[in-house]
Amino acid sequence: MIEVNNVFFTYPNGVEALNGVSLTIRNSEFVAIMGQNGAGKTTLVKLFNGLLKPTKGEVLIDGVNTREVSVANLARKVGFVFQNADHQLFCETVKEEAAFALRNFGFKERTVRKRVNWALNLLDLTEYRQASPFMLSGGERKRVALASVLAWNPKILILDEPTIGQDHQQKEKLRQFIVQLNAQGKTVVVVTHDVEFVAECAPRIVLMAQGNIVADGIAEEILTDRDLVTKASIVPPQITQIFLELEDLGLPNKVINVHDGERVLFNFLEGQLHERV
Amino acid sequence: MSVFEGFKFRSASSPVHQLDPRVKFLYVCVVFAVAVMFNKLLPLLLLFFIQIPFILVAGVQREWIRSMKGASVLAFIIFAMNFVFSYFMPASVPGVKPPIDTPLEYVLIFERSLTMTFRFIVLVESFSVFFLTTSPDRLSLALEQSHVPYELCFAFTTAVRFVPVLAQEAQTIMDAQRARGLELERGNFVKRVKNYVPILIPLIVNAIRRSLELAEAMESRAWGASEKRTNLYVLKMKKADYSLIFLSLLMLVSAIYAWLFVPIPSLTTFLSF
Repeated sequence: MIEVNNVFFTYPNGVEALNGVSLTIRNSEFVAIMGQNGAGKTTLVKLFNGLLKPTKGEVLIDGVNTREVSVANLARKVGFVFQNADHQLFCETVKEEAAFALRNFGFKERTVRKRVNWALNLLDLTEYRQASPFMLSGGERKRVALASVLAWNPKILILDEPTIGQDHQQKEKLRQFIVQLNAQGKTVVVVTHDVEFVAECAPRIVLMAQGNIVADGIAEEILTDRDLVTKASIVPPQITQIFLELEDLGLPNKVINVHDGERVLFNFLEGQLHERV
Repeated sequence: MSVFEGFKFRSASSPVHQLDPRVKFLYVCVVFAVAVMFNKLLPLLLLFFIQIPFILVAGVQREWIRSMKGASVLAFIIFAMNFVFSYFMPASVPGVKPPIDTPLEYVLIFERSLTMTFRFIVLVESFSVFFLTTSPDRLSLALEQSHVPYELCFAFTTAVRFVPVLAQEAQTIMDAQRARGLELERGNFVKRVKNYVPILIPLIVNAIRRSLELAEAMESRAWGASEKRTNLYVLKMKKADYSLIFLSLLMLVSAIYAWLFVPIPSLTTFLSF
């Protein structure tokens, strides 16, 4: 469980990134943190594993104050996948890369091997196990970074902009993957701009603007609220835009993905047909 | 990394920012020369304080304090090294003869180490003022107008321009590796040095990658297409520039005079040994 109590954060250069944020993320929740550039999303999640310590207020991970334990200690529980995989890849082979964190945490060599195989297999990377991470494509490097974090099986998984530079197919795979991890009981926090991706996942959404949380609720409510999305400078999913325009016809407007849209439209048309008959 | 913040130019306007970079560079060189000339504490302290009005006029005190804080670790190391070496090789300090037994000799060693530390601090200070108040563009302009080949000017400004970017990137990489359980401060000396490998490799790889991208971007914008480049802005010396030249030369001349003819008191004189 992540508890953020009235947290302020100011960077050393004077930028006030968070102005009194409070938030509770329960175990096995799936949360997307959204908002425009500079809203404080990345700052907020960096507080979760202690990379940043709040200037004021406190962050508790399973009741432990992040101020009192080291990043390495928190990292066991909170896995953080950075936006740019190139900021972490350095080993000669993909296999070594996935083993890096496990060795840092002091796992036994046998366990390390088992976990690495498991993580690489999970992300379709087994064929690249002996390849250099630098020779892989951007999307593959991103997956290696993800595998290297999943390898130690953290209870909470934080993904910073996981969809950037991924094609549609990879995105869809990633989505299924995240949903699956979440179903297995992992807490998943995704920081993203990708509104279509979030709409497909339909998690709880925390909307941020100027260092504050401006909205917190289920995806159907938030992404279909015109005022809110404007305030946070995001564009609603295309399907939502259509349904917002069709409001006058008496169609329901809380639609965020195509499957729901299809169903709603069929029901509506069927209703119309019945009326005519 | 905070030490880099102390060298990063921020767009602002002040009399110091308006000065011709060439003149400011002359000033930095004079400070540099004077700092190297003397190995007594008093002149170096003087040199340290002389620059404070500049910093206040430029309004960069916050950044300056940050650069000083960043330099303090290194300054401490320099102090400690000097102290230890002067202690074991006292012959290098005038007035000290082994074995070291009188308080006077301890004061002399202490003063020598402090002097060396202040020499370093003065150098950091003047360079920090220079870079804090000079935009990379104006710097490049100054180099070009001093007939330095454009390729070199460009390489120089690019290097300066990318220092903060690299510092920022190093911080991000450090965060990414710490998030994977890397503990930089753990283990003995060899282990600690090794701990930096996961940070240096991505940093270097990304720097090389970035330089290739930069080269491609430059090529695609016709870099070097014309032999003779013209500039929108041309640097011109103003009254303030001439006054600073005068002041710098005055400082240099009086420093040389003092160096040759004025006996400079040491700490021991004031402590009445």
